[in-house]
Amino acid sequence: MIIFDGVTKRYQDGTVAVDDLSIEVPGGAITVLVGPSGCGKTTSLRMINRMVDASSGRILLDGRDIRDADPATLRRGIGYVIQHAGLFPHRRIVDNVATVPYLLGWNKKRARARAMELIELVGLDPKLATRYPFQLSGGQQQRVGVARALAADPPVLLMDEPFSAVDPVVRTGLQDELLRLQTELRKTIVFVTHDIDEAIKLGDTVAVLRTGGRLAQMAGPATLLSEPVDAFVRGFLGRDRGIRRLSFISAKDVRLAPVPADLALDDENRPLGTHADGRALPYGTFDPETDSMRVALDAALLSPDGTAVAVDGDGRVLGVATREALDAVLRKYAGGQTGDGTPI
Amino acid sequence: MKSEPLIRWDWVTRNWDNGSPSAISTLLESHMLMAFLPVLLGLLVALPLGLACVRWPRLYQPTAGLVNVTYALPSLVLFSIFLSLTGLTPATVIVPLTFFTLAVLIPAVVDGLASVPDHVRQSATAMGFRPLRRLLQVELPVAVPVVLAGTRVATVSSISLVSVGALIGQGGLGNLFIDGWQRQFYTPIIVGIVLIVVLAVLADGLLVLAQRLLTPWSRARRDAR
Ligand SMILES: Nc1ncnc2c1ncn2[C@@H]1O[C@H](COP(=O)(O)OP(=O)(O)O)[C@@H](O)[C@H]1O
Ligand SMILES: [Mg+2]
Repeated sequence: MIIFDGVTKRYQDGTVAVDDLSIEVPGGAITVLVGPSGCGKTTSLRMINRMVDASSGRILLDGRDIRDADPATLRRGIGYVIQHAGLFPHRRIVDNVATVPYLLGWNKKRARARAMELIELVGLDPKLATRYPFQLSGGQQQRVGVARALAADPPVLLMDEPFSAVDPVVRTGLQDELLRLQTELRKTIVFVTHDIDEAIKLGDTVAVLRTGGRLAQMAGPATLLSEPVDAFVRGFLGRDRGIRRLSFISAKDVRLAPVPADLALDDENRPLGTHADGRALPYGTFDPETDSMRVALDAALLSPDGTAVAVDGDGRVLGVATREALDAVLRKYAGGQTGDGTPI
Repeated sequence: MKSEPLIRWDWVTRNWDNGSPSAISTLLESHMLMAFLPVLLGLLVALPLGLACVRWPRLYQPTAGLVNVTYALPSLVLFSIFLSLTGLTPATVIVPLTFFTLAVLIPAVVDGLASVPDHVRQSATAMGFRPLRRLLQVELPVAVPVVLAGTRVATVSSISLVSVGALIGQGGLGNLFIDGWQRQFYTPIIVGIVLIVVLAVLADGLLVLAQRLLTPWSRARRDAR
C-alpha cells in the first residue's frame, strides 16, 4: 500500500504541481490518476520513486517513509513504464529487459533467462529478443517497457501514460494485456493517464485530479460514473455516463425467456438467425455469465425484434432476453444504486 | 627544355625506403604519428572537458570560445608559437593540432550527450542507475555515434594540417611539397598529395567501419528520426 499524506510539490519556479494530496493506493490493485494535462499526475507518480522529492508531506510505501530509502535502491524495487518506453537504443531487447536484474548484480545467464520469461509473459515473440529497439513497432516497444519494469518482480509498478503514443487498436490490445497480467501478478499499480475511458477501463480505483494538483474525487469507476461529486468531474467524465455505467452492471440477473420458434439453430444449438419471409436476419448475442448490461442492451438493439440472444461460453443458445426483461434489470439500478441498495 | 614526365617512378622507388630521414616511408610514418596522436590526445582531453561542460553548462561557452580562437589562428602562427617552446620536434606540430581537434571534439562530446533522448535518461534513472553508472553504461554509449562523427572530421583535417608543419621542417609528407617546389620537380609533390589523400580516405573508412561495428543500432536510428 502507498499512502500520500498531505503531499505538496512546489517547483523552484513557484509552480505548485501537487497541492496537499492525501490518498491511499491499495496494494494489489490498479489505481489510476487521471486529470487534464498539467494537473500534476506525472509529478505525483515521480514522487513515489523519488524522481521528484515532495516539498512537504509524507509518502509511505508499506508503512515506511520513502525519504528514508536510498533513491537508487528504492527505484530498483519499483517498476516504471513511460510513454515512449524509454528503451535503451544501444541494447538488445533481452538486455533491455534484464536491466534491473543486471543492476541488482544477477549474473548474465540468470538475468537473461529471466528476461526471456518476461518477453513471453507480455506476449512478445522470443525471436525479437536479439533485436534492437528501433527494429520494433511502437506497441512492441511498449510491451518491452512493461517486461523491463517487471523483470525483478517489483511489488509496485508505476505507469505514466504508457499507452498514449500508440494507435487505438494497439492501445486496446495493450490495455487488455495489462488487465490479463494483473489477474496473474496482483501488483500494486499506479497508472497515470489523461484519458478518462482508459481510467475507467483499467482502474479498480480512479483518482480524478484537477488543475493545481488537487484531488477532485477518488472512487471506483462505476461510482465515479454514477455519482460525480461536482461539475468539474462531471464535465471530465464527458457524455454518455449512463450508458458507460452499464459496463459495470452484470447481465447475469436478466430473466431469460424460451427460444422463440423463428430463431433458427444449427446442430450444436448455435443461433443462425431470425427468419422473416424466409430470409435470415442478423441478431445480437451476449453471455450472461461474463458480459455486462451494456453488451446485452447492444445485442438487443442489433436484433430485428429487439430481443437479445443469450449464449453460453461455447456460443450455444440459453434463451432470449426481451426488452421487458432487460428493462427490469435496468430499473433496479436506476439512480446509481445497485440491486441491494448500495451505490455501484 | 626537355619534356619532363609528370611523375618519375624511378625517383619514387629510389626514395621510398632508402634509410635516410627524408625517405618517403619515413615521412609517411611521421605523418601518421603527427596526425593520429593529436586525435587520440584530443579525445582524451575532450571527453572530460565535454562532460564538465554538460555538467556545468556555464563552462561550455568560454571553453568552446577558447578552442575556437585557436582554430581561427592560422596554423602556421600556432606552430611558430610552439616552436619557441618545443623546438624543432614533432611536439611542435602535435600540440597545436591537438588544440585544433578539440575545436571539433569538445562540441562532439557535448552534442553527443545532448543527443541522448530525455526519456532514455529518465528511464535509466527510474530503473535505479546511479549517475556514474548511467553515464558509463547508457549516456556515453548512446553518444558514441555523434562523437565518432566528430572524430572523423578531426582525423581527416588533422591528416591534412600536418603538412603545414613542413614550413618548420616537421611536416611529414608535407616535406615532399617543399622539396618539390624548391627544385621545380613535380614528382614528390604528386606523391605527397596522393599519399595524404589515400591516408585520409583509409582512416575515414576505418572509422566508418568502427562505427558500424560499435554501434549497429545507430544507422537505422538515424533513419527513424
Ligand atoms: N521540473 C519542473 N519545473 C517546474 N515546473 C514543472 C516541472 N515539471 C512540471 N512542472 C509543472 O508542474 C505542473 C504539473 O506537471 P505534471 O506533473 O507534468 O502534470 P501532468 O503529468 O498531469 O501533465 C505543470 O504546470 C508543469 O508545467
Ligand atoms: Mg504527465
